[in-house]
Amino acid sequence: MLSIGGRKSPLIWAVHLSVLLLVVIWTIPTAGLFITSFRTADQISVSGWWTALSSSERNAVARTPDASTAKEVNGKYVVTGNVLQSGGSVAKFGWSSLHPTQYDVGQVAQLRDGTTLTVAKDGTYQWANDKPFSGTRRIFFTAKTPPSFTLDNYVHVLTANGMLRAFINSLTVAVPATVIPILIAAYAAFALAWMQFPGRSLLIAIVVGLLVVPLQMSLIPLLTLYNAIGHATVVPDSSLMGHVLTISGLGLHSDDGKMIGINPKSYLGIWLAHTGFGLPLAIYLLRNYMVGLPREIIESSRVDGATDFQIFRKIILPLSFPALASFAIFQFLWTWNDLLVATVFLSHQQDSLVMTGKLKDLLGSHGGDWEILAASAFISISVPLLVFFALQKYLVRGLLAGSVK
Amino acid sequence: MLQQLLTAAITIGIGIAAAFAYFYGSNILIDRMFPGSVPGDRGTRNIRIASAIRPWLFLFPAIFALTLYLVYPVIDSIWLSFHGPSGVKWVGLKNYIWFANNGTIHEALFNNFLWLLVVPAASTFFGLIVAALTDRIFWGNIAKSLIFMPMAISFVGATVIWKFVYDYRGPGQTQIGLLNAVVTWFGGSPQAWITLPFWNNFFLMVILIWIQTGFAMVILSAALRGIPEETIEAAVLDGANGLQIFFRIMVPQIWATIAVVWTTITITVLKVFDIVYAMTNGQWNTDVLANEMYTWMFEGGGDFGRGATIALIIMLLVVPIMVWNIRNANREMGGH
Repeated sequence: MLSIGGRKSPLIWAVHLSVLLLVVIWTIPTAGLFITSFRTADQISVSGWWTALSSSERNAVARTPDASTAKEVNGKYVVTGNVLQSGGSVAKFGWSSLHPTQYDVGQVAQLRDGTTLTVAKDGTYQWANDKPFSGTRRIFFTAKTPPSFTLDNYVHVLTANGMLRAFINSLTVAVPATVIPILIAAYAAFALAWMQFPGRSLLIAIVVGLLVVPLQMSLIPLLTLYNAIGHATVVPDSSLMGHVLTISGLGLHSDDGKMIGINPKSYLGIWLAHTGFGLPLAIYLLRNYMVGLPREIIESSRVDGATDFQIFRKIILPLSFPALASFAIFQFLWTWNDLLVATVFLSHQQDSLVMTGKLKDLLGSHGGDWEILAASAFISISVPLLVFFALQKYLVRGLLAGSVK
Repeated sequence: MLQQLLTAAITIGIGIAAAFAYFYGSNILIDRMFPGSVPGDRGTRNIRIASAIRPWLFLFPAIFALTLYLVYPVIDSIWLSFHGPSGVKWVGLKNYIWFANNGTIHEALFNNFLWLLVVPAASTFFGLIVAALTDRIFWGNIAKSLIFMPMAISFVGATVIWKFVYDYRGPGQTQIGLLNAVVTWFGGSPQAWITLPFWNNFFLMVILIWIQTGFAMVILSAALRGIPEETIEAAVLDGANGLQIFFRIMVPQIWATIAVVWTTITITVLKVFDIVYAMTNGQWNTDVLANEMYTWMFEGGGDFGRGATIALIIMLLVVPIMVWNIRNANREMGGH
């Protein structure tokens, strides 16, 4: 912007720097979560994630075995061993707690009792004396631990924590809740754009009007309705359909204070809810797009004897692909990321939680289990991020169609 | 594990197949019932009947879902807002009077007002800055993509991300939260940001700004590209500098779009729920209307009357902005 008209301004560097700063501020929180999810609980609790990439130093102490086990080498009695239990390297060492970092690695320390001590970089030490000796000695040292990352958090979260179950639940909610409204909206949009029937413009106005209804509005009435339906119908539990479509969960208090027996909180219920909430925008976007398709193609195929159904399938659907894709991405992101609708329309039992609900639970109950929280959160946001980076073009197009044009 | 996957796959399959089956099935059915291939008057009459019914076949699922999930709830909510906790006893305007006089609601309204003041302004501002700056640098698209990225993250996911940023340890301890680490590095003393009265609202708002800036950027960036080159060239010839061109030439030309972005984010803010629910659940004076509504609807036994009243009031706040927005969009499209 500051180099408008091809002029190279020195200010362009200011532009580069400010954009860089903004990008860093915007990505750092996510990067922090990402790095944290690969650290152990101990690492997370003692140091910030930004230290994870450099090697960390810690002061520690080790104790030698008793000197009576010393071996005689070239006339000297030597106790050997390694101060490091796991990997890493030693930077400094010392023999008194007053000067724990007195010597560099490789130096030979003269101890007061006439023995010598030396520690190598790899942690091996030699404690030597000219004559047989006894007793043990503490070795103080500074260890450098190289950056280390672990996949354990992910393994734990996916196997023991029920995250995998939640992941599958999320998919079970999001995929049909994306496909069904698109299908319904595409047919409705086609009818509203290209078919003649009385009341068409009134219907269009109603659809636009329903864009204003916030979905919060619908929760109580629908829940009451679902409960009434659940109360009235007995879903056979033995059949496959029964297994698939009903999930037992928390009952709700009915007006007379009794618990309602059969729970209507099922996948079917939440699909339809997402469908209802997504439809106004879907119909609005798709109709606007379809109206813009060239009239000649549609009219000429009508003349050639194509039925409306054929026109829709063979001409309108393929041509509307960009608009369908845009809305599909929106709806998928929205249903995958949704917490409110899932909290209300799915049961709160552990095995039917979706990922967002699971995360909310983790945030509340084990606020301290950072490693679990981080890995779970990253699994939950990885799917939308993948969709986002793969299909960004359609997402941008959809946004523009939705609000500017 | 395998069984879960299988169950999920079958469930998904049934759901999608049923939707497809309806459209194919009903269409075949209507062609069978009123075959156009019959010779003579009956054939043409059949075609006429079929084409009169077909739009309604295509529209039926949409009309059904819209009525059940949006129209009916609005009517029912209005009805419920005049009734007691379990939705049976008529209480007149009591819920509305309660709304007007309740201290927690006042706090939520005040916080909502703060959100409305800060979030749309900040998101639009940053979005505009990023859109303008990235347009002229070679790695602009990468920068945009990274700033746009939080849009894809759920509010709960974002809350977890920022919980790490705001984490607090006592003074003297190693801070593992980025914000406190920066503060102590500059010599300040660490703060428990999320429980800091009044200011904690702003730390929650940062999360939404972080998410919404990408949205503002995408739309404003398209608007900036739509500005005719000649107006800018003319300004350059007249000796205007970069800032003058931006504020006097470019911004006035995209006012309409800025307004749309601003209002769209305003609507999102009015409905903000997840962030507050997951981060504080309204504690430490961070309550907002949508969270209050949820609390009254579903927690502690629930009070459907009060919950519905809050929901209605949120809708009444959203409607004028939305109407304005839609009219704006329709005008720009040339009145489709």
